[in-house]
Amino acid sequence: MTTVFERIKVAAGPEMAGPGLAFIAVVLIFGIASPQFLSAATFGSVAFQLPELGLLTLAMLLPILTGGLNLAITFTANVAGLTAAWVLKANGGVDAGLGIFLVAALLALMVGAASGAVMGLVIAFTRAHPILVSLSMMIFLRGLGEFLTRGGDISGFPAFVGVIGHGSIAGIPVPLIVFVVCVLAWHLLLGRTKLGFNTYMIGSNLEATRYSGINTRKAIVLVYTLSGIMCAIAGIIMLARFNSVRIGHGESYLLITVLACFLGGVDPFGGFGRVIPVFVALVVLQLLSSGLNLVGANQHLATAVWGILLVVVMILRWAVSRIRISIVRRGS
Amino acid sequence: MRSLIRTHATEFSLLAVIVAISAVLSFATTNFFSLGNAFDLLNISAVNIIFAVGLLVVLIAGGIDISFAVAASVVQYGTAIALGWIGGGGWISGLLIAGSLGVLLGCFNAFLIHRFRIISIVATISTFNIYFGLLMFFTRGVSIYDLPDWLTDRVILFEREMPDGTWIEITLPVLVMIVCVVATWTLITRTTIGRQLYAFGDNPEGARRFGINIGVMQFIAFGWLGLMAGVGGLIQAHYAQEVVPNALYGRELDVLAAVVLGGARLGGGKGTVLGCVLGVLLISITQNGLNLMGVSPFAFKMIIGAIILIAITLSNTRIERLLPFIGQRGTRR
Repeated sequence: MTTVFERIKVAAGPEMAGPGLAFIAVVLIFGIASPQFLSAATFGSVAFQLPELGLLTLAMLLPILTGGLNLAITFTANVAGLTAAWVLKANGGVDAGLGIFLVAALLALMVGAASGAVMGLVIAFTRAHPILVSLSMMIFLRGLGEFLTRGGDISGFPAFVGVIGHGSIAGIPVPLIVFVVCVLAWHLLLGRTKLGFNTYMIGSNLEATRYSGINTRKAIVLVYTLSGIMCAIAGIIMLARFNSVRIGHGESYLLITVLACFLGGVDPFGGFGRVIPVFVALVVLQLLSSGLNLVGANQHLATAVWGILLVVVMILRWAVSRIRISIVRRGS
Repeated sequence: MRSLIRTHATEFSLLAVIVAISAVLSFATTNFFSLGNAFDLLNISAVNIIFAVGLLVVLIAGGIDISFAVAASVVQYGTAIALGWIGGGGWISGLLIAGSLGVLLGCFNAFLIHRFRIISIVATISTFNIYFGLLMFFTRGVSIYDLPDWLTDRVILFEREMPDGTWIEITLPVLVMIVCVVATWTLITRTTIGRQLYAFGDNPEGARRFGINIGVMQFIAFGWLGLMAGVGGLIQAHYAQEVVPNALYGRELDVLAAVVLGGARLGGGKGTVLGCVLGVLLISITQNGLNLMGVSPFAFKMIIGAIILIAITLSNTRIERLLPFIGQRGTRR
């Protein structure tokens, strides 16, 4: 039993403590407060709401691990979604075939990749601060989208697109499957590939990484490109879920993705953090939101509680480190 | 003069860009190069400049704040309600209430950051969500249009009829902006606290060993931004003649872009009031010029985003560095 526990501890890493405890606390508190909380309905609604925020959080995660930030995620997703919407519209709208949809999705992914690649190139080659670069990209993409759509929305897609947003396979929602596949992809990317290793190295110390012979520029460009591709996936999912694309969809998610990353134990300066704790943190946030909904509060209160949760986790982390220091002092 | 240009490279290049854009615009449009338009620009940019100089102080001290625009919304709402309680009030009481509410919210950030050693971006993203969530929850998104008369009446400090019959005017927001800019400039360049803020932002540990009280620095920096956010929020309510809970949502990132464009460094220790003001003005002038040239307002953000992206690319690098294959000369950055 203890070995299993140790195994889990090693596999989950030290980042797991915060979100793990928060998960248990949320389930316990709402389980007691509301009898309907521990039901299939709650987990069903979480399963449908999780992917939108989750995919964007994955897009935010990689840049944060390199010590940067990608503030353009929601608008990259919007613009990629627009691209897909136009391709569908131009080729039959409601009657478009599966082939057209695949082309549309591919083009959306390319648009996302391009926006990420531009940011990555500017950040890698000019050493400008990622916050500023991604911020100007965000302003640009928002403007581009508003310019092209005049602030309106585009809708009218073939019925099978809706399945991606609302359908289920064997009782599991399709968007959740997409999201879990992406989580696993990111998990493998960070744990098993050279690029993942380089991402952590760059986040810890860019100069040292460069001196050790790693092409940091290439790695940074790749990281932001992948981040853009993940945004595009989120954009396609959002298109399918709302059955429309509008610039501004999911804008309020931007800072919440950062919050979810930090809640998942990611170091704000980069270099440390894992995918699975971030995934758990996301589940906690959505459970909190559903639980508050059941108790009768609204989405805005949930936003406030998410903020409070992050502060509480940060204070607990500070308290634990203080206790640890005092134990070490007493021991010596 | 040459050393002045070298030490203030960002300010001079911004000034050069502004002059260049203005020159192009004065030829391309009939109305740009007029006193009336210049005053309009000042009236429009006033609130953003107030926010920007506040944020500058926090950036100099090595922090970052995402929550100030939402805090300003909270202050607007709180002030409007408080003024209702005391039965009207006036500019003095309005500014006092808004300013102290702002300082309170700013100090809450500083408290979290200093007491619990939370990184400023984490702390302020949390408070952003807390302030905004609670504001929308308690107000239910309802706007306040029933403001006291003194707050919504336009205060014209200077007006003159131009030869062509149009009126030019400077309104109260500009005066408040000037006071805020001068006060911030005095704080960071003419006082010991200002030097300590720079030192703290550049090297917190060094500053601590030098005997600078770090906690006090955090409270001054975030408190100052809170003050500016409070005052800016009240002035925004005066300018817009209404209090809308989510009107300032998203403003923080625009202001941040302008301040960093003006030469403040994310990471602390660098930045000037002049650069900060020029950064905001550059964006307003571009927007104003595009408007006068008859470009669709939907394209504004796109063009401004592209300009910032190009500006940072060019200011951080020389052309040959962008093309490593051409410019290879043994050493690479």
